Amino acid sequence: MKNYKFYVLSIMGLGLLFHSCGDGTGNGSSNGALSSSAAEKVYVAPGEQDEFYAFLSGGYSGNLTVYGLPSGRMFKEIPVFSQFPTSGYGYSEETKPMLNTSHGFVPWDDLHHPDISQTNGELDGRWIFVNGNNTPRIARVSLSTFETEEIIEIPNSAGNHSSAFITENTEYVIAGTRFSVPVPQRDMPINEYKGNFKGALSFISVDPESGRMDLKFQVLMPGFNYDLSHPGRGNSHGWHFFSTYNTEEANSLMEVNSSQNDKDFIAAINWQKIEEFVNNGGGSTMTAEFAHNVYDEESHTGTSTMINEVLTVNPTDVPGAIYFLPTPKSPHGCDVDPSGEYIIGAGKLSADLTVHSFTKMLAAIEAEKFDGEAYGIPIIKFEDVMAGVVKSGGLGPLHTEFDGKGNAYTTFFISSEVVKWELGSWEVIDRKPTFYSVGHLMIPGGNSRKPFGQYVVAMNKITKDRYLPTGPEMEHSAQIYDISGEKMQLIYDFPTHGEPHYAAGCPADLLRANSKKFYRIDENKHPYAITSPDQAKVERNGKEVHIYMSTIRSHFTPDNIEGIKVGDKVYFHITNHEQDFDVPHGFSMLGQNTSEILVMPGQTKTSLWEPKKVGVWPFYCTDFCSALHQEMQGYVRVSPANSNIALSWSLGE
Amino acid sequence: MKKASVLMVIGPLFLLGLYVFPLWNIMLGAPQYPDPLGMNIHINEIRGVEEFDIQNIDNLNHYIGMKTIPKVEDMWEFQVFPTVIGLMVALGVIIGLMGFFKKISPNWFIGWFLLMSVLGILGMYDFNAWLIDYGTNLDPNAIMKLTNPDGTPMTYKPPLFGHVKMLNFDVTSLPAAGAWMMFTGMMLTVVAFFTGRKAVKNTPEREVIQARKAA
Repeated sequence: MKNYKFYVLSIMGLGLLFHSCGDGTGNGSSNGALSSSAAEKVYVAPGEQDEFYAFLSGGYSGNLTVYGLPSGRMFKEIPVFSQFPTSGYGYSEETKPMLNTSHGFVPWDDLHHPDISQTNGELDGRWIFVNGNNTPRIARVSLSTFETEEIIEIPNSAGNHSSAFITENTEYVIAGTRFSVPVPQRDMPINEYKGNFKGALSFISVDPESGRMDLKFQVLMPGFNYDLSHPGRGNSHGWHFFSTYNTEEANSLMEVNSSQNDKDFIAAINWQKIEEFVNNGGGSTMTAEFAHNVYDEESHTGTSTMINEVLTVNPTDVPGAIYFLPTPKSPHGCDVDPSGEYIIGAGKLSADLTVHSFTKMLAAIEAEKFDGEAYGIPIIKFEDVMAGVVKSGGLGPLHTEFDGKGNAYTTFFISSEVVKWELGSWEVIDRKPTFYSVGHLMIPGGNSRKPFGQYVVAMNKITKDRYLPTGPEMEHSAQIYDISGEKMQLIYDFPTHGEPHYAAGCPADLLRANSKKFYRIDENKHPYAITSPDQAKVERNGKEVHIYMSTIRSHFTPDNIEGIKVGDKVYFHITNHEQDFDVPHGFSMLGQNTSEILVMPGQTKTSLWEPKKVGVWPFYCTDFCSALHQEMQGYVRVSPANSNIALSWSLGE
Repeated sequence: MKKASVLMVIGPLFLLGLYVFPLWNIMLGAPQYPDPLGMNIHINEIRGVEEFDIQNIDNLNHYIGMKTIPKVEDMWEFQVFPTVIGLMVALGVIIGLMGFFKKISPNWFIGWFLLMSVLGILGMYDFNAWLIDYGTNLDPNAIMKLTNPDGTPMTYKPPLFGHVKMLNFDVTSLPAAGAWMMFTGMMLTVVAFFTGRKAVKNTPEREVIQARKAA
C-alpha cells in the first residue's frame, strides 16, 4: 500500500515537471484552460472582422502585407518596390514608371519600416510610408485604395535604413542612411573612408493635402552608420533621434571593427532649427540625380520625373541643432515614449537599455555639459543626459514600443524574448519567450502619442519547428501577445510573408469606412479609357496598334481582332466597366512576355504584346469574375509582317 | 365641417410626397450580395438604392434574358403618373376649400377618395403588368434558360408585395415612403368624410346647404 502511494505521488510529480516545462516554453503542451482562453481571444468568428489592421513590412519581398489582429489573417499584399504579377504592378505600362530610378528600372527592393501618417501625434490613417533599403527610396501608400501612390528616390544615401519615420503632424518623412558613402559619389580608395565618407539624413516634406513628397534638405553627417530613428513628440516635437553604430568609421570586417567603441551615439537633430535655416536661404545646392514617381488615381497612370539637385546642410553651419548622446554598445532601436520625454537606446550588444531624458538633454545643452565633440558636433556627457538604465536580464535588446499606460515592451534578439518594463522606475514587470530570435515588435499606435495597448506582435527572424516543415526555406514566424493585463499572454503564432522587419497597426475603424470599393468610370481620366463598351475600337499608328477594349461580365469588347502583324507592338488598353465592389477582370495573352494584369472596376490598364508568330492566338480573363467567366475569352489573328489584311474588330458577329 | 375640410385639404397634400419619395421598393439580396442591390420605384423613374444598383441589376439580369430596367423615356407611365397625381392633389385641395366655405357636402370628400382608389388600383394593375412582362418576356437567346421542375420555362416576375426566393436571390417588394404617405393622405380624406358628415348632421348648416342646392 505504502509503495503504491509513493508510485502515485511520483507520477504526479513527473506530471508537474512536464507541466511547468510546457509553461516555460509556451510550446504546444500548455494547460487546457489557458489555451482555451487564448483561443477565445484570437478567434474571430466567420463573418466577423478584426479589431485592428496590421501592416507588416515584407523585407526582401519588397512589398507590404496587411493582416488583421488578433486573428493573424493576411488580407492583402500591397506591391510597393517589387514587380507583382498578381496584379500586374510593375508590368503594366501604367505602373512601370513607379519602379524607375537613377539606375534605371529596379524591379525589387528591401522594404523595412512602415509608419502611418499622424496628426497631432495620433494616427490619422491617410497614408502609410515605407522605405526601400537597397536602392534608397521612400514610398507612400494610400490607405483608401491600398495602392502605392508615390515613390521618391533618395540621393547620397546607401542602405536607407533609419527610415521611413514620420513627424507628429506628418510634416516630414525622415530617411537616414545606414551606409556612409562618398558624397557626391566618386572614384576613391575604400580605405580612405574615415573622415571622407558622409552619412546623409534626408528630410522629405509631405504636402498636407495631397501627401505629395518633396526632398526638402539633407544633413550631411559624419560617416557613421545611421541605424534606426524616431521622431520626438509632445515637448520633443521638432527633434528627431537617430541611433548610430560604427562610430569607429571602419570600412572592413565591420562585425569586429565597428564594435570596438564602448559607446556609440544617438544623434539628436533639431529639424525645426535646420528647417528655419534652410527657409532663410541656408544650405548649399548639390548636383544629384534621383527619380520621383507619382501615380495618379484618376488617370490610373504613373509618371517618373528625374530631379537634378538637392539642398544639403553641413551640421556645423547650424550651431545648436545637432548633438550626440553617448549610448552603449552599437544601439539599434531608438524609440521615443508617448510623452516624448524618454529616448530609449537599445544597445544591441549589451544586456541593458539606456534611457535618455529629453528634459535632461535640454538642461545639459543649456549648461554646456559636453564631453568633447565629433566632427564639430558636441557630445553631451553621458551621465547628464541619461535618465536610467533598464537592467533587463536579457541579452541583445533591439526595439521598444509602448502601451500608453506607462509601460514599455522591448524585444531581445539574443535571449529571444519580449520584456515588459515600467517607464520611470525602470523595473522589469514581465518577460515572455519568442519563437525565435525576435527582431521588432509592434503595438498598434505604438509609435505615436496614443498607443492602443491591447496586443503586441513580435516578428521573429527564425522559425525552425513552429510550423509544418517546408524545406530549407520557411516564412518567418510572428507571435501575438495579449498585453491588456499585468502579465503578457502568448495567444497566437502565425507565419508571415517575406521578412517583416517592422510593422504599423491601427484600429480597424480608422480605415474601414474609407476603403475604396471601386473607381468611378466617370472620373477615369486615362488617355486610352473608353466610357462605354460601344466606344471600343482598334487604331494603328505605324507598327503600334492600340486596342481600346472594354470588359464587363462576361465578355471583352471587341473579342475578335484581325489585321495584327508579326512585329507589331500591340497595346491592350483595358477598361473595366463594372461599377460594383470586388468585380475585377483580368487579361492575359498567350505568349506575352509580361504578366497578366488585373483591372479594378472603373480602372484602365495597359498590357503590351509583341506577337512573334503567325496564327490565331487567344486571350482570356484571368480573374474568375462570374458564372460565364470561362467564356470570357477572345482571339487575335496575327498575319505575316507583309500581309495586307485590314484591321478589323467585332463582338458577337 | 371646418375641421373636416381642413383634413380634406391636408390629406391630398400628403400625395406630394410621391414627388420626393419612392412609391415602391424592391430589394435583391444574394450570397454574393451581402449588401443587397435595390431599386426604388418613383412615379417618374426607377432609381437604384445605391448609385450603381440599376446597372448592376441589369448586368445580372442579362444572363437570364431579362430586359434592362426602363429609363424615363421608355415608359409613358413616368410622364402620366406625375400629372395624374398633380391633378388629384389640386382637385382634393379645391374640394377641401369648397367644403371649408360650405359650398359642397362631405360626399365630395369620399368621392375624391373613391376616384383616387380606382386610379391607385389601375396604377397597381399597370405596375403588376410591367412586372409580369419584365419577369416573363425573356430573350429567347438568353445565356441561362432554366426550367421549373415541371419542365416549363422558369420566369422571374418580382413579387408585387412580399418576399420570393428567385434562384440565388431573395427578392423583397414593399411599399416605400411615398406610398405610405399616399395611404396616410387618403385615410385622412376618409376621416374628413366621416367627421364632415357628423358635423353636418348635428348642425343646421345642413339645411342651409340643402336650401342652396334646392335653389
